[in-house]
Amino acid sequence: MRWKSEKVSGWGRVLSASSEVARPERMHAFETLSEGDLAPAFGNCRSYGDAPLNNNGRSIDMTRLDRILEFDAETGILEVEAGCRLGELTRLFAPQGWLPAVLPGTGFATIGGAIAMDVHGKNHHVAGSFGQHVVSITLLVDGKKKTISPKNNASLFKATLGGLGQTGIILSAKITMLPCKGDVIMVTERRVDGFDEFLSLLDTSSATYTVGWIDATAKGNALGRGILEEGETGSGLVPARQKSKSIPFNAPSFALSPLTVRLFNKLYFKRVPDHGRTLVKPITDFFFPLDRIHDWNKLYGKRGFHQFQCVVPIDQAPALREMLTQIAHSGLASPLAVLKRMGEGSEGFMSFPMEGYALAVDFPNTEAARVLIPRLEKLTAEAGGRIYLAKDSMSSGVRIRSMYPDYEKWRDEVEKSDPNGALKTDLIRRLELRSTK
Amino acid sequence: MTETWIILGATSSMARAFSRAVSEKGATVLLAGRDMDDLKTAALDCKTRGARRAEAVKFDARKPEGFEAIIERACAEEGLINVACFVGSMPDQSEIDADPSLIAGVVTDSFTGPACFLQMIAPEMEARGGGAVIGVGSVAGDRGRIGNYVYGAAKAGFHTYLSGLRNRLNRSDVHVMTVKPGFVDTAMTWGIEGMFLVASPDDVAASLLRAVKKKKNTLYTPFFWRYIMLIIRSIPEPIFKKLSV
Repeated sequence: MRWKSEKVSGWGRVLSASSEVARPERMHAFETLSEGDLAPAFGNCRSYGDAPLNNNGRSIDMTRLDRILEFDAETGILEVEAGCRLGELTRLFAPQGWLPAVLPGTGFATIGGAIAMDVHGKNHHVAGSFGQHVVSITLLVDGKKKTISPKNNASLFKATLGGLGQTGIILSAKITMLPCKGDVIMVTERRVDGFDEFLSLLDTSSATYTVGWIDATAKGNALGRGILEEGETGSGLVPARQKSKSIPFNAPSFALSPLTVRLFNKLYFKRVPDHGRTLVKPITDFFFPLDRIHDWNKLYGKRGFHQFQCVVPIDQAPALREMLTQIAHSGLASPLAVLKRMGEGSEGFMSFPMEGYALAVDFPNTEAARVLIPRLEKLTAEAGGRIYLAKDSMSSGVRIRSMYPDYEKWRDEVEKSDPNGALKTDLIRRLELRSTK
Repeated sequence: MTETWIILGATSSMARAFSRAVSEKGATVLLAGRDMDDLKTAALDCKTRGARRAEAVKFDARKPEGFEAIIERACAEEGLINVACFVGSMPDQSEIDADPSLIAGVVTDSFTGPACFLQMIAPEMEARGGGAVIGVGSVAGDRGRIGNYVYGAAKAGFHTYLSGLRNRLNRSDVHVMTVKPGFVDTAMTWGIEGMFLVASPDDVAASLLRAVKKKKNTLYTPFFWRYIMLIIRSIPEPIFKKLSV
C-alpha cells in the first residue's frame, strides 16, 4: 500500500493538515494497512473543521471502500461499506421507493462519516438522528473486526455513534432504509416575516421534511425572516437534472461582502411569492441543494469560512433571538443560514441532536467573525445548548465537554478501544477530548 | 435486451465504475480477477445496483489454463457477450531495471494474457454476430518514455493487437474499441509524482459507455489526451530522446 503526502482540508478550508494518506481500494489492501499502527480514517471531508484531519501523522481515506453489500427489500435493511456516499444511496434507491432514513445537507457525506457524526436531517423531528436507524456496525478495534449493535455491546455502539471515529475504524454498517413514494419531492415554500412567526411555524409544521432558510442579515422587525420549506416525497416525472457545475478558483473577497450578501438575501427572500408556492423537484435537489455546485466552499476565497451551528432547548428561544440579533448587527453572515426544529432523537454519547431549535450560519474567516463566534458559543452554553462538532473549528475543550452530558461515558469507552490514542485527530487534540481525566 | 459483460481485471477502480454502470442497465456481469474475496463483494454491489446476475470468476492473466472456464460460463448466458479488459500491471521502472525478468510479467498482464483470452472468445462472439470488446490500453503505449517504457511497450502491443482484432471482428458486427486513458485516479497512480489532469474512474467509465455505443474505434479519455499525445508523438526523436516527459 502506498502512502501519499497530502494536504487535507476540512470543508471550511480554515483548518488543514499535512498527512501521509493511504487510500485502500479493497479490503485486502486495507487489512495489510491495518496490521501496522492504526491511523484515523476519513471520508469525503465534509466536516467543516478538523474532524477528518491528522496533521503530521497518517490517515486513511475510506472513500474507495464503498460497496453496497446487500439490500433486503422486505425489511429495508441495507448493508454497505463505510465509504459509500449517502447521495449515491439516494440516487440508487429512491426510484425503488427507499431512502436512507436520515440525510444531511450534502450527499457527499459517507456512511462512516454519518455514523461518526450521528448526522441529522430535515426530518429530525420525525425520524431522529442517523444513528437511530443503524442496525449494526462492523468496526475495526485493535486489529480485530467487531460487529456491534445496540443489543450486543451497547456501550461501544453508543460511543461509536457520534463518536468522532475514536472507537475504531468503521468498515461497514447495516442501516434501515425508510420507504418513500419515489424520487421526486413536493416542496412548499413560504415567506416568513420574522423570528417569532418562524419558530411557531416550525413548531406546528406537520410535514415530513422541514427546513428554514433564514436571512441572517435582516434586523429590527425583519429579524429572523426567511423561507420555510416543507417537503413530502412523491413519484412522477420531473425535468432532468442539470449537469453539476464547479467553482474553478477561489473567489475574491468582495464576492461575499456584506453588501452583496444583503442584496442576495433580499432577492432570495422575494423569490418566493407573498402567498407561497409549491414546486416539484428531483429529490436530490431538495436534500442536497449545494451539491450541484462542486467545491462551493471556494466561494469564500482562500481564507475559508467557519460555520457556527448550535442547538438550544425550546424554552431558550430568547437566547436564539439574541444570537440572531448579534449576527445581523455584525454584518458578517453569508447567505447560508439555516433554522431547524429538532426532535428528541439522539443515539450516541456525543451526538449533537437534542430537542430544540438548531441554527447554522456561515461566516467568512475574518477577524471579526473569530470574535463573534466565541460570543455565540457562550450564549449557546448559557442556554444549555450545544455546538456541532462536525462544523466547529473554533471552540475550546472546556466549553464543549460541559455541553455533552455523556462525555465521560464516551471517553471511557474510547480509552478502552483505543488505549494508545492511535485514532486521535486534530479535533480531538484541539478540544482536548481525550487528554483530561 | 439481455447482455453479458465479462470484465477482466474487475478489481481495478476503473473496472469497478464500469461494472456498476452496466449493472445499472440490467446486464449480467462476470467479474474476473484474482482477488476472489473482493470480487465477491463487487458482485454483491453490482447485484444490488440492478445487475441481472453478478458473479465472481477467477482470472489470472498469467494462467491461460483458467480462461476456458470463464468462456464456458459466459456462453451459458443468452444474448450478446461483451468483454471489457482492464488488466495490466506497472511496476516502477527502477524495479524492472534491477530485475529485467519482471518484463515477462508486465507483458503478460498488459498484453499477451488478455490477447490470449480475446483470441479464445472471438469465435463465440463471431457466432453470436454482435457485442463489443473494450480493450483498455494507455497513452503510455503511444510513445516509449523513460519512466515506464516496458509497460508502454506492452500496451502498444495490445493496441496493435486490438486494431487487428477490430478488423477481423468487424466482419461479424462485433465492435472492438481501444481505450487510451490518460492519468486516472486509481490505486496504480496513487502517490506517484507528476500526475496532472487526473480523471475520476467514474468519469472514465461513463465515457467508455458513451463511446462504445457510438462505435468509436479509439477513445482517448479524457478527450484532451488525444491532443496531448498528438504533441508528444510529433516531437522529433533527436529532441525526444533528451527529454524526460
